[in-house]
Parts: sequence; structure tokens; C-alpha cells
Amino acid sequence: MEDWRKNKFAFGIFIGPATFWLVLFFMLPLAVVWVYSFGGRGPQGQTIITFSLANYQRALEWIHLGIIWKSAWIAGIATLLCLLMGFPLAKGIAFAPAKWKNPLLLIVILPFWTNLLIRTYSWIAVLRTRGHLNFALEWLHDKTDMAMTFLGLPELMGTFHPLALLYNQSAVIIGLVYVHLPFMVLPLYASMEKLDRSYLEASLDLGAGHWRTLFNVTVPLVKPGILSGVLLTYILSIGSFLTPDLLGGTESMMIGNLIAQQFGSSRDWAFGSALSFLLMYATFIILWIKTVNAKDGEATGI
Amino acid sequence: MKAMKDAPLKKKRYGKLVNPLDYTRKGWMQTLLGINFFFLYFPIVALVAFSFNDSKRNIVWKGFTFKYYIKAYNNEALHSSFMNSITVASISTVVSTLLGTMLGLALYRYRFPFKPAYEGFAHLPIMIPEICMGIAMLVFFSLINMPLSLFTITVSHIAFTIPFVAVVIRARMSGFDTSYEEVSYDLGASQWQTFWNVTFPYLRPGVVAGALLAFTLSIDDFVITFFTAGIGSTTLPIKIYSMLRFSVTPEVNAASTVLIVLTLTLTILAMTIQARANKR
Repeated sequence: MEDWRKNKFAFGIFIGPATFWLVLFFMLPLAVVWVYSFGGRGPQGQTIITFSLANYQRALEWIHLGIIWKSAWIAGIATLLCLLMGFPLAKGIAFAPAKWKNPLLLIVILPFWTNLLIRTYSWIAVLRTRGHLNFALEWLHDKTDMAMTFLGLPELMGTFHPLALLYNQSAVIIGLVYVHLPFMVLPLYASMEKLDRSYLEASLDLGAGHWRTLFNVTVPLVKPGILSGVLLTYILSIGSFLTPDLLGGTESMMIGNLIAQQFGSSRDWAFGSALSFLLMYATFIILWIKTVNAKDGEATGI
Repeated sequence: MKAMKDAPLKKKRYGKLVNPLDYTRKGWMQTLLGINFFFLYFPIVALVAFSFNDSKRNIVWKGFTFKYYIKAYNNEALHSSFMNSITVASISTVVSTLLGTMLGLALYRYRFPFKPAYEGFAHLPIMIPEICMGIAMLVFFSLINMPLSLFTITVSHIAFTIPFVAVVIRARMSGFDTSYEEVSYDLGASQWQTFWNVTFPYLRPGVVAGALLAFTLSIDDFVITFFTAGIGSTTLPIKIYSMLRFSVTPEVNAASTVLIVLTLTLTILAMTIQARANKR
């Protein structure tokens, strides 16, 4: 690396244009939002700068706190499910024969390259009342019913009522897991790949079972990967807007939707700005935990 | 003779013995992987399959047809939103590849005061939730009285794709051997000549991969575009979203399939270019 002072002109040429663009079309807009977050709503729905903390206070009112709490909770469940699904997935790939590792990894991240909107709405066709899942359940129900009739127990199963699977919290959680699973698998795989297998062998040789080895040896060794995957998935889930918008109902609104609402039908930009900054602060805190954790991991040699 | 006789026996006795750490060879692990892959693929495969379904209701399979692709192609609004997407993605790719490459090179090459803070700033568009960036752009454009149009979408797309290009460029440059540049200087080449004849040829696959990434990100983006698009400046994802609001028809599936094929092709192309370049 060179010192910038050695060649100030070249340094300026390289770094200048991108900095200019990012300051003008990214930092400045964010700064405006920050200022707006201390403003208020004028009589015609315009934003007036009042330098008050009223919007932040409003965010702490019960109705809004409830939505924030629900977002934190939905994102938490989605992250937990991602971990439960992603851990065996990452382990299966990391312990696969060398020639299979990359193809398997590719299979996991391939769906992730298709459009977010399309990935989310593909679940509508699966979950709706006359969707693939309800059809599969109905088919199962009919087959069981047939078997029961054959065994001389007609009427036992009753008629099939399609389940209401769409436009509720569970649909949002399924969507979030689906969209963010690769973000969990990749860090988990990265740390599991580096894992020293001899520790696991030692544990098994010394008589511990597979479950005990998993919880007492593997999990502590891949902890940085777990933490990294969990935090990344959580950040992405809590800030999502599209998934609850498409798959959720009125009771599964998340912060993202509340923000979008302020810039849409409610037309209260000042309040939306405050919420948006609260979401960003939360993201920064999580990112900071992640960085601190990564540094600790380096220091202890994991 | 005896050894030959023993060989197949050994294989029989030990061949099926699986190393206890070969988790992937175990039945329960393969079942788990299978379930996971099914979960990952079923919704998208079903979506693509139903774009060929010869039924308006899009619920039960009635037969194979291409008619919804033709219908989607002849749908004026859908067609123009596709062209809008291509226009926005092309322009923003050119600008963000140029700026992002220069940024990546600067971050790779120079030491300067407050560099960690600058890096944090430059990577901020990747880190903050998309919706925060979307509303920030909306607020900004309305403050400076700029009507929302393809131009505002393009400007926003450039801002959020620059850091991604810079990351790709830096990753590519991390494998660069600086002694090539020193040789070039020793042989009397100027800085400019060295850059174009030594550094840039090495960098080129990174630039191509960065450009393909920028294009894919731009054409796929929904959230930021949603807030920066005005009337008459719909991109394909926005158009698909508004069609979804009415109903999920095979036509929507057909348009989505086109977008999936396009982005997958571009991403696989980018991966191949990077993999080939890293081998060399």
C-alpha cells in the first residue's frame, strides 16, 4: 500500500468521483431524513422542521411499540428457524466429499439469485386457500379417508377444510426463512469448513455420542460462524418490508411496513423518518456486536 | 493368490463401514438435506411450471402452453416496463462500474487518514436496510423538487451498486502481485502506461464480474425502486408487484420466469468469469 500523499493527484482521481456520488446521493438524503425525524407534520401534510423529539416519543407509544416488538419477535423466530434448518445444511455440505462441496453450495445459493419479489410471491401459490400445500393436505386427507372407509370406519375423517395459511404471521415467518436461509448457511459453512476434525474424532473416540459431540465440541468451535449468521439473518429480517407486505395480514405488520405507510397513505414523513432512523440505529448496534465478536474470534485464534 | 482372494473379502467387510465423521453419507443427513432442498426449490419450480399451464385460474394443471409468454410479450405495459428495467440497469451499470472500480482501486492501493471510517461510509449502502435508503432517496428528490422518473431510479441504483462493485474489485486486486508494476516502472513505463498495460489487464475479469453484479442488482431491485419510481416510470419488478395486487395469473408467472432466467444467466456468467480468472 502507498501513502496517499505520495501521489495526491492519482488518489484524488480514483477516490473523488465515487465519494462525490455517495455523499450527494446517499449521505445527503440520509442527513435530510435525520433532520426530518425531528420535524412535524404541517397542516397540508408537508414536513416542517420543529426540532422536537416528538416523533421519537410517538414511536414509544403502545401501538407503535407493539409493532416494533412484533417485528423483533418475528425476526427472532425466523432467525431461529433459519439456524435450525441451516445448521444441518451447512454441516451436510462441509462434511461432504470434496468434489461435492461446491455443487451443493451452489444449489443452496442458486434460489437466492432469483428476484426477491418473485421468491416471496412464489409462496402465495403454495400457501393460499387453493394452493399447493392445501391441495397436498386434501389429497392426504382423501387417501386417509379412503383407507378408513376400507377399514370400515367411514365418516371418521370428516370433510376437508382448507387451512388459512396465507396473510398471517406464520406466512411471514416462512417467507423470511426462505429468503434469508443462504445468509445463515454461508457463514456457518465457512466456519464449519475450517473446523479441525480431530477434535470431533477425539470426542467420539473418548466415548461421547454424536449428540454430545455436537453440543460440547462442534457448537462451541463454530460459535463465531453461528453468531455471524444469526446476526446477519436478524438484521435482514427485522428490516424487511416486502415479505410482510406480500405474505402478511394486518396483524403481522413490521417496522418496514409502518415506515412505508408513513410515506404512503399516512403521509407523515417526519414520523417515518424517525422510525427509519430507529431501525438504522438498531442495525448499527447489531453490526457493532458482529464486528466486536469477529475481532474476539481472531484474537483467540478461532 | 491368497492376496487376490482376500481383496474382495476385505472390500465386503470394510467397504460399507462409514467413517463416523462422514455425516453426509448418513441416511438421516441425506433426508434432512433433501427436505431443505425441496423447501428451497419447490416454490420457484412450481412458479416456473405454472407459467406454462394452460389455465387462467392458475390452480390446477391443465396442459402445456406458451400462450402466456406471447400474451406477456404483447402486453404493452409489461413490455415497456421491461425496456425501462433494461435502460435503468444499463446506464447505472456503466456509471457504477466506472466509479466502483476506481473506488475499489483507491481502497486497495492507498493508505490515508481515517481509512476505516471512510470504508464504513463507503459500505453503508450495503449495510443499512433497503427501506431506509429507499425513503431517504424519496425525501431527497422531493426536497429538491425533482419529479420521480427513470432518472431518479437510475441515480439511486448507481448509489447502492457502487459499493458492491468496489468489493468485487478489491477482492480481485488482493491477489495481484505488485512486482509486475515495479518491473514495468523499471523498464521505463510511465504510471499511465503501467496502469493500462499491466494492472488493468489483470483487473479486467473483476471489472466484468462487478459490472454483471451491478446489472443484476439493478434489474432485480424492488424496494429502493418502489420509492423512487414515479408514474410512467415502472420497472419490471414494480410492474409484477402491481399485477400481483390484482391476482396471480400465469402471465405474471411468465414475466417472472423471464426475469429469473435473465438474472440467473448473468450471475452464472459472472461466476464463470471470476472462477476462470482466478485459476489463471
